[in-house]
Amino acid sequence: MERKELTELEDLRWKLRGDALDMVFNGKTGHLGGDFSVLDAMLVLYFRHLNMSPEQRDDKNRDRFLLSKGHAVEAFYAVLAAAGFIDVKEVIGTYAKNGSPYIGHPNRGIPGIEMNTGSLGHGLPIACGMALAAKMDGLSYRTYCFMGDGELAEGSVWEGAMSGSNFELDNLCGLIDRNRLQISGDTEAVMKLDSQAERWKAFGWHVIEVDGHDLEALDDAFSEAEATKGAPTMIIANTVKGYGSPLMENKAGWHHQVPNAEQYEQIKAELKARAEEVRHG
Amino acid sequence: MANLANRAVIADVLMKRAASDRDIVVLCSDSRGSAALDPFYETYPEQAVEVGIAEQDLVGMAAGLARCGKKAVAVSPASFLATRSFEQARVDCAYSDTNVTLVGISGGVSYGELGMTHQSAQDIAALAAVPNMRVYLPSDQHQTRKLMNALLDDEKCAYVRVGRSVVPDVYADDDCPFELDHANVLREGSDVALIATGELVHACLEAAKALEAEGVSTTVVDMYCVKPLDVEAVLRAARGAKVVLTAEEAAPFGGLGSMVAQVVGETCPRPVKTLALPDAPVKTGTKAQIFERYGLDAAGIAKSAGELLAKA
Ligand SMILES: Cc1ncc(C[n+]2csc(CCOP(=O)(O)OP(=O)(O)O)c2C)c(N)n1
Repeated sequence: MERKELTELEDLRWKLRGDALDMVFNGKTGHLGGDFSVLDAMLVLYFRHLNMSPEQRDDKNRDRFLLSKGHAVEAFYAVLAAAGFIDVKEVIGTYAKNGSPYIGHPNRGIPGIEMNTGSLGHGLPIACGMALAAKMDGLSYRTYCFMGDGELAEGSVWEGAMSGSNFELDNLCGLIDRNRLQISGDTEAVMKLDSQAERWKAFGWHVIEVDGHDLEALDDAFSEAEATKGAPTMIIANTVKGYGSPLMENKAGWHHQVPNAEQYEQIKAELKARAEEVRHG
Repeated sequence: MANLANRAVIADVLMKRAASDRDIVVLCSDSRGSAALDPFYETYPEQAVEVGIAEQDLVGMAAGLARCGKKAVAVSPASFLATRSFEQARVDCAYSDTNVTLVGISGGVSYGELGMTHQSAQDIAALAAVPNMRVYLPSDQHQTRKLMNALLDDEKCAYVRVGRSVVPDVYADDDCPFELDHANVLREGSDVALIATGELVHACLEAAKALEAEGVSTTVVDMYCVKPLDVEAVLRAARGAKVVLTAEEAAPFGGLGSMVAQVVGETCPRPVKTLALPDAPVKTGTKAQIFERYGLDAAGIAKSAGELLAKA
C-alpha cells in the first residue's frame, strides 16, 4: 500500500468510528464495542479489495460481502457511507428512529447490503452458497463473510466450515473478529475458543492470523487469501473490542452500552487524539 | 399418466425444467434418495448440491445461491426442514426475500411408524406464521406438477409439503384447473363446507359423497395454498353453508383450521370445526391407520360433519 493511501485510511478509521459513535449516541442503541473492533478490517476490505461500488450494485460479478456479526451495523453504515453507497448525515440523523430504514441490523433495503443478518451463525452457509454460485457460473467474484468470535459457538458456522472446504471454495474468505469478548465476558470463560487456527485448518481451510488493527497486515492477508487456491481462507483478526477509545477498550460492558453525554465527549476526544497522531506522524 | 407420488412428480418437474434452465439448482441433505432425485443428481451434477446431514447449511446455502441468481430448490424431510432450519427459512429466505423453494418430503405422518422426530405436524403453523413465506400442500400429482412449475417461474420463496406415498387423484390429466394462490372448489353444497389441504382433500371428497347420500349437501374446497390463504374462497364456501369443517394432516393449532376459523369468525360467523392430528405425540400406525384413529379418513370426516350440522 502506498504511503499516501495508508495515511488516508489511517485517518478515515478514526473518522468512521466517530460516525458510528454519533449513530449510537443519537439513536440511543447500538453495539460500539464490536463496531470498533471490526471496523479496520472492513475499511481495508472495502477500500483495497472489494470489487463493489454503488455503480456495481446489480453487476452479477460484483464481490459479495456479508456482515454475519450483524450487530456491528453502525460500522457497516459508516463504511458504506465512506464508499459512497449511503449518506452518513442521513444515517446519523435517522438511525434507529421511528420508521427509519436504518435499523439496528443490516437489511437489504439499504444500498450495498446483500442480505439481512443479525441472527448470529447465518453468514457462513449463505456465503458458501454465494461462492458456489460463482463457481457454477464461471464468474470471478469473491465472497467475504465477517463473524464475531462469540458467534463461533453456533453450530451452523461449522456446517458452513465443512461446506467451504468440501466445495473447495477458494473464492471465499471468512474473517473472525477475535476480540476475545462477548456479552457475558471473556470468551474463554464463556465457551473456550482458543486454538481457532488449528480448528479451521482441521476443517480444511487456509488460515491467516493477523493483527486486526494493522492496516497493512490486513491488506496483505486479503491479498494472500486471493492468491490461495483449492481451499477457502479464514483470517483470524486479533482485535481489541472498543479499539481506539481507552474508555471502552477491552470492557465487555461496552458491547451494547450507549454512552451518556459525558462519555460521548470523552470518546470523541479520544478518537480526535488518535486522528491527531496520524496527522502529526 | 402413471401414478406418481407427489415427491416423484417434483423430481420429474425438476428434471424436465433443468434441461433448459441452467439456473435451477437442487440441494439435498442426505435426502436425495427419498426425494427421488438420484436421476437428477446423475444427469445434472453441476446443478446439484449435496450438503450432508446439515439442514441449516442446506437452507443458508440455498439462500446464498438464490441471491446470486439461482433458482434454489432445497429438498429434505419436512420434519427436519421446517424445524431444524426454521430460522434460516425465516431469515435467509423470507426476510431476505430470496428465491428459494423449500420442499418438505415425507411430510405429515408419512413416517407414521417412526415417531414424532420424523413427523411434521408443526410445519404449517411454523412457516405460515412467517411474513413473505408461502405454504403449499398440493393434493395430488396433477396439482403438484402445476404448482412446482409455477414456483419455478416466480422469484419468491415458498415451502411445499408433500407425502411419501402415491395418493389417489383428485384431478385428471387433462382437467386440473390451476391458478397460483387460488383454491379450487371441487363441489358445491348448502349444508356443510369442507375446506381441506394436501392429502386430506381426497378424503373430504369421499366424505362429501357419503354425506350427499344421506341428503347433506356439501361443498369441498381444495385449499392447497394455506398461505396466502384464499380468503375469498373461504368466505364463499362459509357463506353458502351452515357449518364449516377444515381438514389437515397437522397439529390442531396454528394451521389451516386456525386460519379459517379466524377468517370465518371475523367476517361471517358459523360453527367451525378443525379436523387435525392431536395436540400430542401421534400413536404409531400407518398413515391410513392414523387417519382412521383420529377421524381424518372419509368416514371420520363425514361423521364429524354430520354431528356439527346436527348441533347447528
Ligand atoms: C443467534 C443469536 N443469538 C444471540 C444473539 C444476541 N447477541 C448479539 S451480539 C451477541 C454477542 C456476540 O459476540 P461476538 O460474536 O464475540 O461479537 P463481538 O464481540 O464482536 O461484538 C449476542 C449474544 C444474536 N444476535 N443472535
